[in-house]
Amino acid sequence: MLKEKLLSSFMAFEEKIDVHSHLHDIRTSAIKNFESKGFPTKKEEAWKYTSLNSILKNDFSVFPKHENSIEFSDVKKYFIHEIDTYKVIFVDGIFSSFLSATTHDGLDVCLLSSALSKPKYKEAVDEFFNKIANKEESLTSLNTAFANEGAYINIPKNKVVEKPIEIIYFSTGVENALLVQPRNLIIVGENAHVQIIERHQSLNENPVLTNSVTEIFAQKRSNVDYYKIQNDLQTANLIDNTYIAQKHESNVAVHTFSFGGNMTRNNLNFYHQGERIESILKGITIIGNKQHVDHYTLVQHATPNCESHQNYKNILSDSAIGVFNGKIFVEKEAQKTNAFQQNNNILLSDKATINAKPQLEIFADDVKCSHGCTIGQLDENAMFYMQQRGIPKKEAKALLMYAFSNEVIESIKIPELKQRITKIIATKLGVNLGFDL
Amino acid sequence: MLSIKNLHASIEDKAILKGINLQVNAGEVHAIMGPNGAGKSTLSSIIAGNENYTVTDGEIILEGEDISDFSVEERAHKGVFLSFQYPVEIPGVSVTNFIKTSINETRKANGKEDMPANEMLKLIREKSELLEIDRKFLSRSLNEGFSGGEKKRNEIFQMAMLEPKLAILDETDSGLDIDALRIVANGVNKLKNENNAVLVITHYQRLLDYIIPDFVHVLMDGKIVKSGGKELAYALEEKGYDWIKSELV
Repeated sequence: MLKEKLLSSFMAFEEKIDVHSHLHDIRTSAIKNFESKGFPTKKEEAWKYTSLNSILKNDFSVFPKHENSIEFSDVKKYFIHEIDTYKVIFVDGIFSSFLSATTHDGLDVCLLSSALSKPKYKEAVDEFFNKIANKEESLTSLNTAFANEGAYINIPKNKVVEKPIEIIYFSTGVENALLVQPRNLIIVGENAHVQIIERHQSLNENPVLTNSVTEIFAQKRSNVDYYKIQNDLQTANLIDNTYIAQKHESNVAVHTFSFGGNMTRNNLNFYHQGERIESILKGITIIGNKQHVDHYTLVQHATPNCESHQNYKNILSDSAIGVFNGKIFVEKEAQKTNAFQQNNNILLSDKATINAKPQLEIFADDVKCSHGCTIGQLDENAMFYMQQRGIPKKEAKALLMYAFSNEVIESIKIPELKQRITKIIATKLGVNLGFDL
Repeated sequence: MLSIKNLHASIEDKAILKGINLQVNAGEVHAIMGPNGAGKSTLSSIIAGNENYTVTDGEIILEGEDISDFSVEERAHKGVFLSFQYPVEIPGVSVTNFIKTSINETRKANGKEDMPANEMLKLIREKSELLEIDRKFLSRSLNEGFSGGEKKRNEIFQMAMLEPKLAILDETDSGLDIDALRIVANGVNKLKNENNAVLVITHYQRLLDYIIPDFVHVLMDGKIVKSGGKELAYALEEKGYDWIKSELV
């Protein structure tokens, strides 16, 4: 039903926006791919543990009917407001110039819609737009077909961006149920450094489905530090498709903090296109009730002498379901690859489930690859130790869970963000320990 | 201070303690010695309230109150402290933050306000000097990467901060070199007064050269088989536990 609605909306959408023919071709082939494949089902190996069925039953509006404004004071808490940042903010999929702080001064932090339509960005758009996103994947295709709005970030050569960039998508819930499809294009030039924080946030409990695609191009020796905060209301659903192409000696780290939402699927894909590349994928998932978080990662080692490090920590309570599917692909040419994957899980209830599946496909013979997965409960000895020091059970539990996630928290490079994440964790665990966890 | 009456305890239906009787008065130091597997660590765990063990009979009375049904943290709030043989590592939580939480949770349970920050700092400074702990150590993650000696010193530092009524030192001498042993023992001795009591659990007599016990008890096969003064510890060191066994036959 939603599929039909989307297909019929496509024509209307194409008429509405001003597009040059190249984009038109991209969109048309994307919608064709979506039309033939449809929404993924559990029959597909990649979606074995995650079903979209019940979510797709909602009667989603495909385009918001009107522009909705929100006051900064109402949403301030969702920003890292302690520090100065560039901001690219959207409300129900529409750019909010009022909440944003964009720039063209020495770097471009602005809108994809203007990049797609203005001639001066044509070269960059032709070179990068939809170049790394998977054209076979149906949800990515669906996003591509409707791709128009999102953040466009282009950092020129040698630029070290001093301020982090925040990309936030708010949904107001004015529409009954809303489907939003943000599209971000991020190009980080040679030797450039940037820190980016991405967040999706609903402001009331009307259901939202976000199908987001982000393409990141990390040029030679660039450094990209990307943080995804997923702490949305439990009526929100997020499918995050992130594609990263890395050139020679670049370093890209993606941290994903999944605490909220009803269903969250993270498709995080790294493609190596040069030597001595480093890729870091880290995540903390703390969920309960009937929340569902699925991490589906791919690191494609195609070139020699590169490294990838994955470290995902999941704490699941109640009837929560977690999935970790980590695929490492080492091609024949990718000799001297170091690829590590670690996935640790704590189940706090008998009804909580973790589906952990490492997939290592190695075609080179001189590589170091490892994966480790643990599933356990909280350490009883540690609980006894802390309770013996007068710390009540609930607080002791929280301290242990914090200690369990600490390895990932420690690697957050923005101190204010680190503090924010630890606060969110403390709130999530329902404790106040008198110091910032 | 502490009286244990006819204490029986088991783990997974296996009886470990088989009728322990022990009276510890304020101002006293008692040592419990015994061979491996006698139930020494079990006894200390049970006094602290470890829920892995089931008390099948008997009473544990602290200052006139039966605490057998109290939770681990309730006992801690009442002034029971157990120095662990294997202290637990807590990455990301500093020594300072941990002890602050510990003190303030204990105060909260006893109806007191949080300790003012300046008072806390002063106390930390004073007690860390006593245990010859330097400042850098205090900001490290609790027990993470600590040497055996550092872990034990940190245990006694926490004890000094919490000022318990009853301190149980479970194999505190294991893994300590002679300098660390002296520092730890010195700390314990300075904390010792007329209003508190110390129970030293140890396999060897070594620690008792530094922390002089008023009474020594020998625990074997879940029972206290012999009690005496500090000379009993020397006799055990000299003759070994087999001597007691043969004496019992």
